[in-house]
Amino acid sequence: MKDFIEGSEAVARAVCLCKPGVISAYPITPQTHIVEGLAQMVADGRLKSQFVNVESEHSAASVVLGAVAVGQRVFTASSSQGLILMSEVIFNIAGMRMPVVMACVNRALSAPINIWNDLQDSMALRDSGWVQFYAENNQEAADLIFQAYRLAEDPRALIPVMVCLDGYILSHGLEVVDIPEEDKVTQFLPPFNPSEKLDTANPKSFGLLAGPDYYLEIRHDLHQTVKDALTLIPDITADFKRIFGRNSGGLVESYRLEDAEMAIVSAGSVCGTIKDTVDVLRAEGKKVGLLRIITYRPFPEELILQALAKVPMIAVLDKAVSLGASGPIYADLKAAFQGKPGKKISGYIAGLGGRDITPDTIKEIFKQLAGPEVSDQFIGLKN
Amino acid sequence: MLRVNGLRIKITAEPGSARNNKTGSWRVERRPEFRQKDCIACRLCILVCPEGIVAGKEKNSFKTDYLYCKGCGLCAAVCPKKDIEMVAEETESEK
Amino acid sequence: MPEHLLSPGHTACAGCGQSLAARLVLDAAGPNTIIVNNTGCLEVFSTTYPDTAWEVPFIHSLFENAAAVASGVEAALRQSGKLAEVRVISQAGDGGTADIGLQALSGMWERGHDILSVCYDNEAYMNTGIQRSGLTPTYTSTSTSPAGQSSTGNPRPKKNIVEIAVAHGIPYVATASAGFPLDLQKKVKKAMAIRGPKFLHVHVPCPLGWRHEPEQTYQIARLAVETGLFPMIEFENGKISGRYLIVKPKPVEDYLKPQGRFRHLFKPAAEAALKEIQELANRNIERYGLLKTAGS
Repeated sequence: MKDFIEGSEAVARAVCLCKPGVISAYPITPQTHIVEGLAQMVADGRLKSQFVNVESEHSAASVVLGAVAVGQRVFTASSSQGLILMSEVIFNIAGMRMPVVMACVNRALSAPINIWNDLQDSMALRDSGWVQFYAENNQEAADLIFQAYRLAEDPRALIPVMVCLDGYILSHGLEVVDIPEEDKVTQFLPPFNPSEKLDTANPKSFGLLAGPDYYLEIRHDLHQTVKDALTLIPDITADFKRIFGRNSGGLVESYRLEDAEMAIVSAGSVCGTIKDTVDVLRAEGKKVGLLRIITYRPFPEELILQALAKVPMIAVLDKAVSLGASGPIYADLKAAFQGKPGKKISGYIAGLGGRDITPDTIKEIFKQLAGPEVSDQFIGLKN
Repeated sequence: MLRVNGLRIKITAEPGSARNNKTGSWRVERRPEFRQKDCIACRLCILVCPEGIVAGKEKNSFKTDYLYCKGCGLCAAVCPKKDIEMVAEETESEK
Repeated sequence: MPEHLLSPGHTACAGCGQSLAARLVLDAAGPNTIIVNNTGCLEVFSTTYPDTAWEVPFIHSLFENAAAVASGVEAALRQSGKLAEVRVISQAGDGGTADIGLQALSGMWERGHDILSVCYDNEAYMNTGIQRSGLTPTYTSTSTSPAGQSSTGNPRPKKNIVEIAVAHGIPYVATASAGFPLDLQKKVKKAMAIRGPKFLHVHVPCPLGWRHEPEQTYQIARLAVETGLFPMIEFENGKISGRYLIVKPKPVEDYLKPQGRFRHLFKPAAEAALKEIQELANRNIERYGLLKTAGS
């Protein structure tokens, strides 16, 4: 059914169709609409679920950790400071191999306190062992929820998944979204039935202390499994297309890269603006394109190398910065192309704290890309 | 390595598997000796043993498990009949 | 089913009060129990990879979140209709309960989850090396509140976590002691029969941190109660409903003297401090009506 709805509602309705048994969250702007929507669905009896109102994001993440360990499908959501407060649990959830799915409605980090969008919050947790999906639009945000559960709960994975959507731009922005029928979701997403859970009939212990003799192997196993998602995700998106009839999600998206001489690499809703600008520039005869990163962790290095193999000039647009270094995607991209000559790769940082990234910003980046190679050039700084 | 449920390595533990760790080796100086003479089966030694290894039902039937006993001496200290005695580890092993 | 639900082979120190109390609690709770444990000695000595001493389902996540994880476990059991048969215990040490874990615990109590929270109080951060916590008693020498030329140890009184629990309006709050094993087990059984949040505060001597001989654990735990320094009380629905009555309170010196952590109090200069501790015991006895009088 197609509806003109904001991204938060699209996510909430997608989550509802996945029927999580336990939902827990703490209010933070701009994530709140998602969990308010879910709370209403539970209150109306449309979703038979335990909605646990907690006293902090740290506890929200801990509640879903406990519930998924008993074998219930779970959901939580957060933004910015909330996500960072959760971060201790975020790392722990991955280490304990708990298939939690959460939405991160991306927002800047304090200080200064700022409620508007950039990607600094989720980017700061890229090393946590979670799969990270970045949605371009509301439809994809909803679709990635289904795919997130499918991946997280796959017995070959058992890793948590974070669906990231840009605060306000998507969370509060209205778009036409096709919310699927329940039977299609049931067909796509099997019931969650973990082989090991907290069960008095089979009493296992979870969350052990592992010393130097074991820790390295256990972390290596988690690392390998997160990387394995690179092979699982294409199968999931193929199956998604078979059942729902549309392409959505995946590892990366190439946009007009065929003969491109310049490309921007980025993630999230800004890619919509980049696509429009690419179209305009293409119409003017400029050979430009976009590589959109949908799955940022695991990092789809091979696909990125392939997609950009013939593009000589690459601009990475990060809506985040590793302060004192560079943008995080830029750093990953440079590492991926390490030892491969004949490329100019420049890093640009824009849009922090909700500063608009307009078609003019994108044109400016293409313009600067023709100039000297840079690593951490902020775009649009006022004098 | 066998791949089970996405985990090449098991990260949970089987109930009671700590029994693999024979903490009796910690004992260096002394061990409790259950004399089984004046015991009144009050069960206090069972209740206070931090390892949970003292067993017995009838009077003068109580004993501990030296595989795990760390020799803390709590059972002897609480025995109201002084029927548990801490003895030097050597004298026992010399037997 | 094994005789005890916490197996031997764990690596607690010899004479550990927490290990004996944890076993007593779990044995009283029974096999249909899920344990959620904060980080701390108990978790470390019982679940060293690849082994566990627990015979029941057990989960440890972080230092401060056991109450929140337990809330999730309880919500999941409620969702699957299993809460009638499976019970949840959330447990922690004094730091995990009254300091770093207090926020999550308060949330769990306030939300009314059907969970028994147990605090094994050995009065300092023993797992990290005997640092002071909010439940460290007045004038205790710890590694971060050491006695010295210009210090008589921890300058602040023990936080009253029991009355903090009572103030949440939860149906059952009690204190117990490793020195009174049957009383402890009776309180666990009573708590498990009550629906809603319950809190049990258990005083557990730590031979290493308190610097007493391992075989003194039981006796020292009893002396804490018999001097009035650790009142054994019960609250039901906000009102005091049970107390361990003392016929003739023992002087606090009897409790303090065998413990190295109080050794500095037995120098002439520390006479006032010793007197102050005695007054704390007297106040407890008065506040909770602990003195056994004719007819009580």
